[in-house]
Amino acid sequence: MELVNWFNELLAGNLIFTPQTLGYYWNGVVTTTQLVFLSLLVGLVMAVPLSILRGSKHRWIKLPIYAYTYVFRGTPLLIQLYIIYYGVVFVDGIQQTFLWPLLREAFYPALIAFTLNTAAYTTEIFHGAIKATARGEIEAARAYGMSDRMMMRRIILPSAFRRALPAYGNEVIFMLHASAIASVVTLMDITGAARFVYARYYAPFEAFLFAAAIYLCLTFAILYFFRFLERRLLAHLRPQN
Amino acid sequence: MKKLLTVSILGLALAAGTTQARDYDHVRFGVDVPYEPMEYRTPEGELTGFDIELGNALCAEMGVTCEWIEQEWDGIVPGLMARNYDAIMSSMTINDERRQSLLFSDPYITMPGAWFAPAGSDLEEANEETLAGLSIGVQRGTTYDSYATDAFGSTANVNRYSTADDMMLDMEAQRLDIVFLEFAVGQSTLLDSDAGDFKVVGEMVTEPAEIFGEGFGIAFRQRDTALAERFNEALATLKEDGTYDEIYERYFGEE
Repeated sequence: MELVNWFNELLAGNLIFTPQTLGYYWNGVVTTTQLVFLSLLVGLVMAVPLSILRGSKHRWIKLPIYAYTYVFRGTPLLIQLYIIYYGVVFVDGIQQTFLWPLLREAFYPALIAFTLNTAAYTTEIFHGAIKATARGEIEAARAYGMSDRMMMRRIILPSAFRRALPAYGNEVIFMLHASAIASVVTLMDITGAARFVYARYYAPFEAFLFAAAIYLCLTFAILYFFRFLERRLLAHLRPQN
Repeated sequence: MKKLLTVSILGLALAAGTTQARDYDHVRFGVDVPYEPMEYRTPEGELTGFDIELGNALCAEMGVTCEWIEQEWDGIVPGLMARNYDAIMSSMTINDERRQSLLFSDPYITMPGAWFAPAGSDLEEANEETLAGLSIGVQRGTTYDSYATDAFGSTANVNRYSTADDMMLDMEAQRLDIVFLEFAVGQSTLLDSDAGDFKVVGEMVTEPAEIFGEGFGIAFRQRDTALAERFNEALATLKEDGTYDEIYERYFGEE
């Protein structure tokens, strides 16, 4: 109760940041977080097998994955989002399929676009890390008589993931910032809320500065999470003492 | 003798000048063209539109001749003050800020908002009950966005678009159940186009005034109260004898 009073007093006399607009921002934070978290999670799960297969000796496995990452890294995310959001409706009869209840909402087309995009980048990050595995480690594994599969699981992947961690942390932050384009397909993410407040109160500075501050906070949270992970997982690389 | 002549000619000229200023048998309108369908040029180059036709009808009613002078919007009020013309009839919304420097006639039109849905939709009325849980499309930052957000934001999903085109795409794609926009815009982009079959749902919306404004008015210099009064009388007459409705219907269809 006291908190509510304090809150109301804080906002008293403020024309732009009313409980209503703060509600929009809060919903924006929820939407952005869901969108970014889910797309990163699914993208990560997709990227692990793709990055292994990306290094396959067989051309017909390697090339399609390369084509996929090339296309999704070579075109702007905004275009991908437009194509998926506005493109699906040109598939005849899509409205009658079981997919429509999902595709009808702006959230799922955006989620698909973001997932495919981040999966492509993550695949390349992991692929690079796998390729950079020290030759000696592989030779040692072979000398122990490990099969390819076991070597991948026990030797290559654990060290590759550790190496990929800093680059992947950047990808997560980029993804958070890239999610700002979700508002062009009507999603009310943080930027969507800012655009709404801007248009309603003609106050671009207040609206967008507040959104920027929220993004900064989220970025710091991600930054510290990855710093913590790096400390734990890359402890062996730190100078002793 | 010569001096007396000059003085009397000057006096006459002045008298003539003031008479003209007071009685206005010739009214010059400032207008910013184009702004369809309010004021624009036909392919033949002729000036027309709702403002133009109504303005001409008002002049005819008052028994004065009138003239239209084109002026870009940002210089339209200074032009009035500089006496380049005597009135502004150019889709100008009446508000308190403008009242500081201008005198307004009674509003001659309010741009209503209207609900549009696919013709196959079973929506007949647009209210909190019928729209609950549906997806409403609006253009971001417009009057219509404010209205839909305030009235239905808590019970329905309000989807905001940057352009009317994006909104139409999603309407055709069946992502939106209903859109809310300026009636005239909806008429030209939805009803009169071959994008599909659409219908108007429920009544036109012009209330509340805090959102929709007080409508468009003719603006005068502050001191021309007599002229403004004559225009108000003429407007009332045209509304009564059906001339106004006839012009309105020509541009905005049946009300």
